[in-house]
Amino acid sequence: MGATEEINDQASSQQLIDVTQQALDEAKRHGASDADAAVSRSQGFSVTVRLGDVETVEYNRDKSLVVNVYFGHRTGSASTSDFASHAVSDTVRAACSIAKYTAEDECSGLADRDRLAKHILELDLDHPWELTLEGAIDLARDCEGRARGFDERITNSEGASVSTHRGTEAYANTHGFAGLVTGTRHSVSCAVIGEQDGLMQRDFWYSAARDRVDLESPTHVGETAARRTLRRLGARQITTREAPVLFEAPIASSLLSHFLAAARGSSLYRKASFLLDQLDQPVFPSFVRIHEQPHLPKAVGSASFDNEGVATENRDLVTGGVLRGYVLDSYSARKLGMQTTGNAGGVRNLTIEPGALDLAGLVNDMDTGLLVTELIGFGVNVVTGDYSRGAAGFWVEGGEIQYPVEEITIAGNLRAMFQHIAQVGNDVDVRGNVRCGSILLDKLTIAGA
Amino acid sequence: MTELIETAKNTLLAPGGLDVRDLDAVFGKLITPSVDYADLYFQYTRQESWMLEEGTVKSGSHNIEQGVGVRAISGEKSGLAYSDEILLPALSDAASAARAITRQGGDNPVHAISWSDGRAPRLYLAEDPLLSLNDTDKVKLLERVEQEARRQDPRVKEVIASLAGVHEVILIARNDGTLAADIRPLVRLNVTVIAEHNGRREQGSTGGGGRVRYDYFTDELALGYAREAVRQALVNLEAQDPPAGTMTVVLGPGWPGILLHEAIGHGLEGDFNRKGTSAFAGRIGELVASPACTVVDDGTMPNRRGSLSVDDEGNPAQHTVLIENGVLKTYMQDAMNARLMGMAPTGNGRRESFAHLPMPRMTNTYMMAGDMDPQEIIASVDKGLYAVNFGGGQVDITSGKFVFSASEAYMIDNGKLGHAVKGATLIGNGPDVLTRVTMVGNDLELDPGVGTCGKEGQSVPVGVGQPTLRIDGLTVGGVQV
Repeated sequence: MGATEEINDQASSQQLIDVTQQALDEAKRHGASDADAAVSRSQGFSVTVRLGDVETVEYNRDKSLVVNVYFGHRTGSASTSDFASHAVSDTVRAACSIAKYTAEDECSGLADRDRLAKHILELDLDHPWELTLEGAIDLARDCEGRARGFDERITNSEGASVSTHRGTEAYANTHGFAGLVTGTRHSVSCAVIGEQDGLMQRDFWYSAARDRVDLESPTHVGETAARRTLRRLGARQITTREAPVLFEAPIASSLLSHFLAAARGSSLYRKASFLLDQLDQPVFPSFVRIHEQPHLPKAVGSASFDNEGVATENRDLVTGGVLRGYVLDSYSARKLGMQTTGNAGGVRNLTIEPGALDLAGLVNDMDTGLLVTELIGFGVNVVTGDYSRGAAGFWVEGGEIQYPVEEITIAGNLRAMFQHIAQVGNDVDVRGNVRCGSILLDKLTIAGA
Repeated sequence: MTELIETAKNTLLAPGGLDVRDLDAVFGKLITPSVDYADLYFQYTRQESWMLEEGTVKSGSHNIEQGVGVRAISGEKSGLAYSDEILLPALSDAASAARAITRQGGDNPVHAISWSDGRAPRLYLAEDPLLSLNDTDKVKLLERVEQEARRQDPRVKEVIASLAGVHEVILIARNDGTLAADIRPLVRLNVTVIAEHNGRREQGSTGGGGRVRYDYFTDELALGYAREAVRQALVNLEAQDPPAGTMTVVLGPGWPGILLHEAIGHGLEGDFNRKGTSAFAGRIGELVASPACTVVDDGTMPNRRGSLSVDDEGNPAQHTVLIENGVLKTYMQDAMNARLMGMAPTGNGRRESFAHLPMPRMTNTYMMAGDMDPQEIIASVDKGLYAVNFGGGQVDITSGKFVFSASEAYMIDNGKLGHAVKGATLIGNGPDVLTRVTMVGNDLELDPGVGTCGKEGQSVPVGVGQPTLRIDGLTVGGVQV
């Protein structure tokens, strides 16, 4: 059973289009004034090797249909994993039934016709990996083997995983839009445990890409996981203080995610955002630029249309530190008296413009402070911007890492934290949908012993 | 359970023309000489949600999902394949894929399995909660909640209320011939309020539910949620910056039991201990908490959100004492980890759906009551923090470090409650935080039924609870140095 079987052919894509069409036809037959349907199907597998032997083999095969119906300004939604004709009918009926009970909402409805994508761009997203189960097991074994053999203080393992997936999504609505896109996603990951003086630490590394040739080698992933675990051994608490804090790139993206949560239309029209009424105001220092690049070839977040069929485009959210745009879909845009920004379903390859220094350069530039490499917990309040999270990392003095640190928190308010950004690194993490280098804040409260 | 099993067969097998006897052939494909455990997990889930904002219910959604997960275990290896079509060819394909872990091909002779019905006490009604209230009344319930919240105070600016229900039917067939079934209702009502005063906006949020019908939400209960959400938002409007540093912390009863879930619960799950990756591995019989602490995981509480008549491997849920008078007694187990560790399953084998592998998971985890008056506990603290409401938490089970985030807290000064402080994350070390519990209240409470636990990407409903606790030394992640 290969990852690519069954969804490769035209007939299969046509079947997805047919499902959306059936849903739209039935909605019209039930008297809906408008409707849309989103269908997805994906297939793949993942293997995990632990202590040199296979631990899990999981085959994934998922599909779903989501239908939204509109009776004027009343709406209902329903979904199913069953594409059989009768199941599609039942799903449309369920959506229509809900619409009988929901209230009129003049902002509800499909995206405006003139905003729908007219061309589906070729974004180079589909790179199937002809990987056999045995091949995947061998790669995972290489990865974990390198991590475990890297140092005798690596005493245990959570294993190494290799996965490959391919999926197709189709979206159609009664404004005549129909789009279909197929893409792949592959990954290699490893997590190992080190021990020193009877105390354990764990860390991990992963590589993910749409094309397997863009993956880091399994041995590199394994070695990086081992290095990251080893450097945490001997961690201690530091005392409570204020100090500069440097967020390592893989977690610095979380700061941009909090920015997005506050810039999202649904937070704004509910007045549940610390960025309320901040449009055209300086939210970041003047060197900061944050923009969206939805058409980058091969990138994780690339798409030529959003979840409502609206054409995506390159755009600036922040230039010169000033907030230039929110993150809106059609509904939230209408609620705010604005235009959709093509962000139904989220942002696409959000990017903060990198600066001149790499991580080592930023550590040196910080001189004295905390390098944070892990954050845990959910202590972020989007309404107020209050921020308080558990952290682990390294204490830095004289521009050099001194020792690992754990069982501390970092806290502040995101509005002030954004203003306190002193540097953005050029060590951009491109594995995810937020592309971000390490970020240095010149002051934050650290709570510890 | 036999009646339930018949219902489950009718829901899950009959539409595809399947009979239990047909499963013999599937197991014939799945079982090779090196497979020591295998199961089929059939699941049908129907769920709905209704959401009110700006005074009206503007959206609702409905979802139906069904499928079968096919699993084979050989030693420490697990193979999983699944299909959303419950038909014989799809089951056979999935069986061939799942046994790939054993790297043995070919079909085995089909043996007739001697099927027998499992037994378990019923802990909740075997009915579809979505049908327990008509849609008009669901909308009206949310509208009443909204009006009650707005009526409390003119500073209330936004009210978001949601009602959600799940109807789940599962059938488990194991290679040992055991058939088990469950019909699981689950409902939930949530209210979030935003209050504004002098340009400052703050939020309050509450809710509840369980494995019950919608009529569980009487006006007394539902409107109570609305008043509670408003109260929290108004308290937060007055709250000052929280302190930073290590101090004595008093945790209120009920939902603050998320402390136990994060600090020790995950660390006591069998998989992490079999693999030796938990900070609690190899510590059964050791003192891991103050002798005042007895902690249980109890999946047998009627109608509770975290309860299960049978777990997702067909084993009856249990009342398991994890820590007794401070001593670590046992771990929570699923079938595979119990077998590999030479222990008995504890009814903690759970999976998010047919498309996920089961793991040891918590059900309702709580600390038994002590004998202290909660007021005396607060009065005993010279300077510290009293935290009564919490958001989420997280743990690194290997280092043992855990966090949980307070959403309502007050300073304690000279044994008296002082001003409210804004939320802050608390961080501690799981293996020793309970050794610093110096007082345990007599006021055990369970949470109102809102907990969801995430592990390795799988979410399951859980419960937590505890009495008022005094902990001498927990790091408070505030901003005031």
